[in-house]
Amino acid sequence: MSDITSQSLFELTSNIKEKKLSSEEITKAFINRAEKSKKLNVYVTDNFEKAIDQSRKFDSNPNLDLKLPGIPIAVKDLFCTNGVRTTAGSKILNNFVPTYESTVTQNLWCQGAILLGKLNCDEFAMGSSNETSFFGYVQNPVGENLVPGGSSGGSSAAVAANLTPVTIGTDTGGSIRQPASFTGTVGLKPTYGSCSRYGIVAFASSLDQAGPMTKNVRDCSMLLEVISSFDQKDSTSIDYKRNHYSKELSKDIKGKKIGIPKEYRVDNMPDEIEQLWKNGISYAKDCGAEIIDISLPHTNYALPTYYIVAPAEASSNLARYDGVKYGFRSPGQNLIEMYEKTRSEGFGDEVKRRIMIGTYVLSSGYYDAYYLKAQKVRQLIKKDFDDAFSKVDAILTPSTPSSAFKIGEKTNDPVSMYLNDIFTVPINLAGLPGISIPAGKDKNNYPLGLQVIGKPFDEQNILNISYALEDKINFKNDISDWWLSE
Amino acid sequence: MSKKSEYLIDRENKQYEVIIGLEVHAQVTSESKLFSQSSTKFGAEPNTQVSLVDAAFPGMLPVINEFCIEQAIKTGIGLKAKINKKSVFDRKNYFYADLPQGYQISQYKYPIVGEGKVILDMPNGQKEIGIERLHLEQDAGKSIHDIDPNNTLVDLNRSGVALMEIVSKPDLRSPDEVNVYIKKLRSIMRYLGTCDGNMQEGSLRADVNVSVRLKGETEFGTRCEIKNVNSIKFMQMAIISEANRQIDLLEDGKEINQETRLFDTKRNETRSMRSKEDAHDYRYFPDPDLLPLKISQELIEKIKSVIPELPDEKKKRFIDKFNLSPYEATILVSDIETSNFFEEVIKNSDVKLATNWITGELFSVLNEKNLEISQSPVSAKNLSKLINLIKDGTISGKIAKTVFEQMIDGDQDPLIIVKEKGLKQESDPKAIEELINKVIENNSDKVAEYKSGKDKLFGFFVGQAMKESKGKGNPQLINKILKEKLNG
Repeated sequence: MSDITSQSLFELTSNIKEKKLSSEEITKAFINRAEKSKKLNVYVTDNFEKAIDQSRKFDSNPNLDLKLPGIPIAVKDLFCTNGVRTTAGSKILNNFVPTYESTVTQNLWCQGAILLGKLNCDEFAMGSSNETSFFGYVQNPVGENLVPGGSSGGSSAAVAANLTPVTIGTDTGGSIRQPASFTGTVGLKPTYGSCSRYGIVAFASSLDQAGPMTKNVRDCSMLLEVISSFDQKDSTSIDYKRNHYSKELSKDIKGKKIGIPKEYRVDNMPDEIEQLWKNGISYAKDCGAEIIDISLPHTNYALPTYYIVAPAEASSNLARYDGVKYGFRSPGQNLIEMYEKTRSEGFGDEVKRRIMIGTYVLSSGYYDAYYLKAQKVRQLIKKDFDDAFSKVDAILTPSTPSSAFKIGEKTNDPVSMYLNDIFTVPINLAGLPGISIPAGKDKNNYPLGLQVIGKPFDEQNILNISYALEDKINFKNDISDWWLSE
Repeated sequence: MSKKSEYLIDRENKQYEVIIGLEVHAQVTSESKLFSQSSTKFGAEPNTQVSLVDAAFPGMLPVINEFCIEQAIKTGIGLKAKINKKSVFDRKNYFYADLPQGYQISQYKYPIVGEGKVILDMPNGQKEIGIERLHLEQDAGKSIHDIDPNNTLVDLNRSGVALMEIVSKPDLRSPDEVNVYIKKLRSIMRYLGTCDGNMQEGSLRADVNVSVRLKGETEFGTRCEIKNVNSIKFMQMAIISEANRQIDLLEDGKEINQETRLFDTKRNETRSMRSKEDAHDYRYFPDPDLLPLKISQELIEKIKSVIPELPDEKKKRFIDKFNLSPYEATILVSDIETSNFFEEVIKNSDVKLATNWITGELFSVLNEKNLEISQSPVSAKNLSKLINLIKDGTISGKIAKTVFEQMIDGDQDPLIIVKEKGLKQESDPKAIEELINKVIENNSDKVAEYKSGKDKLFGFFVGQAMKESKGKGNPQLINKILKEKLNG
């Protein structure tokens, strides 16, 4: 049997069900590794003591019919967890302990999973490198001083470094897929409305979705099956029949029509990304898929549209952090002064930047030119995909325009940071499901991902295509454990 | 036709007309809040009716309370208004300590209810007031400044309670019309059960828009909005004071600034709160946590089918069916409890007498004791018994008043009072004739005077006969027999 922490979710669940491993053994293995991995800074808050108690409790009366029997899982610190501090990577929630549980994490616990701890992320999920977190940057296990992507950077690093078997992140403009791409892991953003937003600290409500981040596609299907559910507590949750994604997982994609959008061939795209994409296309052909050239004409407008819609919603969503009810407060002589001090000291620069952009685009006199226009363009982008999906079953693109970059490299250049999301934001704007799978490496041996985009609620199809491609690509991350301390 | 009584304010040979529009905030009658399941009960301990959603905890999401939607539709139907099949909840963004989300969920461009109307019964006839729109929104919490000398305390019990904002067109022209309009609106909503209209508890408040113009002018003047006035009396005072302030400015050759003002009830004057330039930029945008609200025709029809008879229709029926005067009918339908009481009484008794007794004796008792009709000391059942005793001649109207006095004390049965006190009317012609004979015998001098032409003395004989009967003599019989005896 291979080392416990390097096992996939599928292997771990099998071993528990076959009683080859106990929940306690598994939980302790991940905790031991975490203790030696502090250098990566993936944890904001750990739940190790309680996790061991819970694993023992599970072992004393194991319910092996559950989908995540006694499996320890760490989650992004954007999910509210009952009794466990939830910070959203921000000083303003530094001391916040929810008395309630997000629906998505509740779904995990209902299937037998155990909370290992809360994973670092960009502040309020605003960032593409995990550098905006109040709790410091996260190291990418792929290489020292390399960002793990963002905003779910603690999550991607934790999966890649074998610190959690799987995790869940959130994706507003690429926050699951881009870090997955940067760390050689799998990340799926479900269709908007698949996973409940109840209890997830909101960034941009019309774009936010929770999703699985895993070592491989099969684990991804297993986890999606658990977290995707209709929830009456979220008015944007959609009631539809969800698949048994893992049961129906299949490599047979013969005859599937896969679209290749010409607009994703952006200027200055590195040759190795171009090559990665070509390889992906040829693997898809090898699997019997039909490749069709398509056009998504409004792609160029997606990024500016996103950077109007998301900050607009964020500026309003973050108004509740005012020092009055919970979280950080900096006292003032009067209400206005207290607001100003609390929010000035409590939020970091990137969050303030987006609040200011959002406030600006919603202001009277600018609303029509920015917010309203962005909403119209968003409809056009959606329509591009609708048109494309009348001809194809899925769309294949690179996940990101580059591989992971160095810590600090882009912190002073927000626009180049924003450009990281160029291939992922259109999918959020259209509300579609998208998955990033590791597909190769660049000249520095850093992972690169391919993105498969599906029709609404067609997660099964993009999982199957990814499953088939994964088999052909046969990606190996070979991470050296360089960070481990004794 | 009475003369047209316009409300005009005079200034040296000039007459100014006052233009008023109201934005009424009516609390929706509902067990739970607009987007959460917390109770809306008034008067609970501070911060005991607050859910995580009401206090805007991270990750909490609003979920529409469908009952409140139905209440708004019902009210829209009561205002003869258009129900919009699609409406949108927007966020109105501003910071305040008692606004936990940092925004109020309201409806901006697409309200749930569109144009409608309210008919006012004014002394000189009916007047129609246009309704611009009705939209749903959340109430804020309460900031309490006078408990702790150093801090403001916040009570979130009210945070998230559903309000209907009912916006009138600028059709109102006088404080009297405002009085009748608010009462009518309140009456309609109480008939519908969509708002209890309790102004003491803040269930009904209004922002009052006032402008003035010279009589005959057709353009509107610059308006000022007086925020959050919570009684009809204060609304009327604020309007008069604000209209005069504006007229004084115009008379001095000054301009009126469009602004938001507050009414100082102690000094009976409005003062500036913020000018148009300082107006908040609320940055309205559609709430992404809520999908656009879609209302089916089926739902509208379902609600229409359970709409009760409303004051205007009830008034028409009372006039047509019971032959009441418009004045009487207006009084009886003005409040649903009154009309219910009236209908209960007339189930088993005479309509005319019931009308007189309710609008006369009963109302004066209620006024005197400061009671609502729902707290009436005399039940409808006993009042109808009393009316039947009058109608069938068992007691006279005068005796009835004595009986009524006693009924007030613990809602006593008039039959028992009449029996116990022996107040039954004497309607036996023989007995009446006997006592009349006695009166005639005892007053032979007056009889002679009468017979010589002093007709006015007839009243004297009636009085004497009534006195002789200890007030119990049937007045019609006394009259009849007296006439026969004296004129015979």
